[in-house]
Amino acid sequence: MSLPIDVGGLTKHFGRTRALDGLDLTVRTGEVHGLLGPNGAGKSTTIRILLGLLRADDGAATMFGRDPWSDAVDLHRRLAYVPGDVNLWPSLTGGEVIDVLGRLRGGLDPRRRADLLQRFDLDPTKKGRTYSKGNRQKVALVAALASDAKLLILDEPTSGLDPLMEAVFTECIREAKSEGRTVLLSSHIMAEVEKLCDRVSIIRAGRTVQSGSLSELRHLTRTSIEATTSRPADDLDRVPGVHGLTVDGATVRFDVDGDHLDAALRALTTYGVQALTSAPPSLEELFMRHYGTGDDTSTEPQPAEAAR
Amino acid sequence: MSTLTGTMHLARLNVRRDRVRLAVWLAALTGLLAATTAGIKSLYPTAADLAGYAETAGSSPAATALNGPGHAVDTAGGATVFEVGGYLSVAVALMSVLIIGRCTRAEEESGRLELLRANVLGRHAALAAAVIVMVAMNIAVGTAVAAIMTAFDVSAAGAATFGAALAGIGIVFGAVAAVTSQITEHVRGSNAIAGTVVAAAYVIRAAGDVGETGLSWLSPFGWVQATRPFADERWWPLLIALGAAALLVAMAVALQNRRDVGAGLVPQRPGPASASPTLLHQVGFSLRLQRASLIGWTVGVFLGGLAFGSVAREMEDIVAESDDLQEWVSAYGANPTEAFLALTLLLLSLAAAGCAIASALRITSEESAGRAEPILATPLSRPAWLLSHLVAPLAAAIVVPVAGGLGTGIAYGILTSDAEQIPRLAGAAMAHVPAVWLLTAATVLLIGLLPRLAVTAWAILAGCVVAAMLGSLIRLPDWVLELSPFEHTPRLPGGSMDVAASLTLTGLAAAVIVVGVVSFRRRDVR
Ligand SMILES: Nc1ncnc2c1ncn2[C@@H]1O[C@H](COP(=O)(O)OP(=O)(O)OP(=O)(O)O)[C@@H](O)[C@H]1O
Ligand SMILES: [Mg+2]
Repeated sequence: MSLPIDVGGLTKHFGRTRALDGLDLTVRTGEVHGLLGPNGAGKSTTIRILLGLLRADDGAATMFGRDPWSDAVDLHRRLAYVPGDVNLWPSLTGGEVIDVLGRLRGGLDPRRRADLLQRFDLDPTKKGRTYSKGNRQKVALVAALASDAKLLILDEPTSGLDPLMEAVFTECIREAKSEGRTVLLSSHIMAEVEKLCDRVSIIRAGRTVQSGSLSELRHLTRTSIEATTSRPADDLDRVPGVHGLTVDGATVRFDVDGDHLDAALRALTTYGVQALTSAPPSLEELFMRHYGTGDDTSTEPQPAEAAR
Repeated sequence: MSTLTGTMHLARLNVRRDRVRLAVWLAALTGLLAATTAGIKSLYPTAADLAGYAETAGSSPAATALNGPGHAVDTAGGATVFEVGGYLSVAVALMSVLIIGRCTRAEEESGRLELLRANVLGRHAALAAAVIVMVAMNIAVGTAVAAIMTAFDVSAAGAATFGAALAGIGIVFGAVAAVTSQITEHVRGSNAIAGTVVAAAYVIRAAGDVGETGLSWLSPFGWVQATRPFADERWWPLLIALGAAALLVAMAVALQNRRDVGAGLVPQRPGPASASPTLLHQVGFSLRLQRASLIGWTVGVFLGGLAFGSVAREMEDIVAESDDLQEWVSAYGANPTEAFLALTLLLLSLAAAGCAIASALRITSEESAGRAEPILATPLSRPAWLLSHLVAPLAAAIVVPVAGGLGTGIAYGILTSDAEQIPRLAGAAMAHVPAVWLLTAATVLLIGLLPRLAVTAWAILAGCVVAAMLGSLIRLPDWVLELSPFEHTPRLPGGSMDVAASLTLTGLAAAVIVVGVVSFRRRDVR
């Protein structure tokens, strides 16, 4: 079966602005895929192209093997979309909007609708103009989750939700995954993506800078080690992958790339380890490295700029 | 006072943001006044002409209901006030209501005010800034009106009184809006209530003036009318207006003290928890979104028809008095009464075109407000979505003129005791439907090809209005006139139906809509 989303070398200009600059994205059936990037990276633009709302300038994009621009109507039968900025009709109630969107997607399951309303604690009788941002988002989420779309495309779905509702959302996404649905969700919060996603694509300035499963990405991050040794470990930086070494008498601190962890620990034991603490690898740190300004957009992990 | 911190800053911000809007109001109001004054001057150049006008125009109850009792109608200034005073005072009232709504409730509703108030704004700063802008704008209009009339060489004292009277009207109703904007949570509700107060005040004034009872003194329109510009000017009625405005603003402040930011005094009522079957149908959905404004237009044009129909008989005499008027009206038909009725139906159809354009432009506002996106991400195709939103304007092109024709027919039928007039005029009102369709189609074409410039559809309508109203007077070349579709529709009643032309316009409209839809399918959704 063809991939739910397969994008290669996508470019899109808005006048002079280059919103996408050769973006790649592959989403496999049944996975929850995170599209991660700072403000203005091109997440929403990518999603709009996938929805056939925008036409790409160049590059190949297919959904389920078909062209999102020319086969939009057919493709939309298989997906449900939650925009990043949900705008509702001021005079319609949330319940009415859920039903209208559901009807357009070919009907929704009333039991699931009621269940979701209850879980998201959403009052469907309020008019669109009176909902808060988070509640507007919930309206769109309930409409999308109550449909039986195979693919859910969610643009920053939790940006307006409180922590309690975020937990409900996490639960709903896990359920969707267990039902075999595919989810593409954009975000600029690593922790959220780490919690939900099987695979992640990090994009910046319209280009994919890193893509892979969480464990592959973890591999690219560094573990922080602090140890007390019987002999000063002052030449530990001969080991490849060790960064920011500081030796303070018997105490040694350093960061080590995921794929050199084993070698570094072996080397460390030769100094006689008396105490050891390690901070787990954090994707946040990897992500922050890509967030930063400058041209470090290569797929190679860069040396840390500053010691801790 | 700390509750007013930042007021002037906010007032400047309001003016800066709305400078185009405010300038358009000023230009439109003064333009209307200048055109009317010039018209009166050229139609009735001598005192004898004016005396003749005063005899016919000033004496009919319908004209009194519409314009108020004439004061010194036998002077150019008094005649001008009698002709446009009513429209201008309603216009400044609505202008003030809209300014207050935009600067207070609309800001609050959008959440921008919250952002500002979190900084260094006093609690009453937004209201105070809105009132300042509103009062300043009314003073500007009043001054401009006085200056323009003086420039046309009418009594300066009368011109100044009339200018002050208009400013007074605006300030009173602006103050009314300051109160209503505290009551509802949404600017539309607040404007609707204030607009209803304007209408009610106008009706009370009309009833009072026709019955010559003291009822008019209950209406702000009655107060400022009592300043009698160009007759024996009196300024004291303006004090009532200013006193009332001050009381209303104080009331608005008191109400504001009792509520939260963003909240109203009247809470929002809950609506249905699930959609009705009609809403689930795409056409039902788009009609539902437009329901309120379509009903508003229909009722408004119907009332316009009633108003015009009720003066149709006097028009015969008025027209008979003036050669210039005769020449103007004769462009619409041979028989003066029929010509006036044909002109009325043409005007009402132009209003219907306004309704159709506004309704079609909903498509762009849905798009730019981001509400098209979730709908277009469903299996609904773009052409189907666009066409579903066209049902309302295309239907309005028929319903609104017919409502206007009914209104005209009812009023004229009662005056002439001839019930036949009702179906006759309602039918004749459909003469311009193909032209309205073509303007709707042009709007769709703009939406498809040049969405950013879609509002220029209004400029097309403005061109049609000029061609239809003044085309023969200002002697535009024929080929320019014929660009307006309304030049190709028959002048009914009186004229004869040109089936071929109507079919051509309809076919053209259909073709243009197709091009518009295809272009929309090909472009990015904004
Ligand atoms: N309709 C448009 N017209 C002009 N520029 C646009 C338009 N839409 C997006 N852009 C630009 O394209 C770039 C990418 O925008 P996009 O909305 O895709 O970013 P994003 O990753 O979704 O950001 P955010 O996290 O803020 O939602 C930005 O520089 C933005 O300014
Ligand atoms: Mg975005």
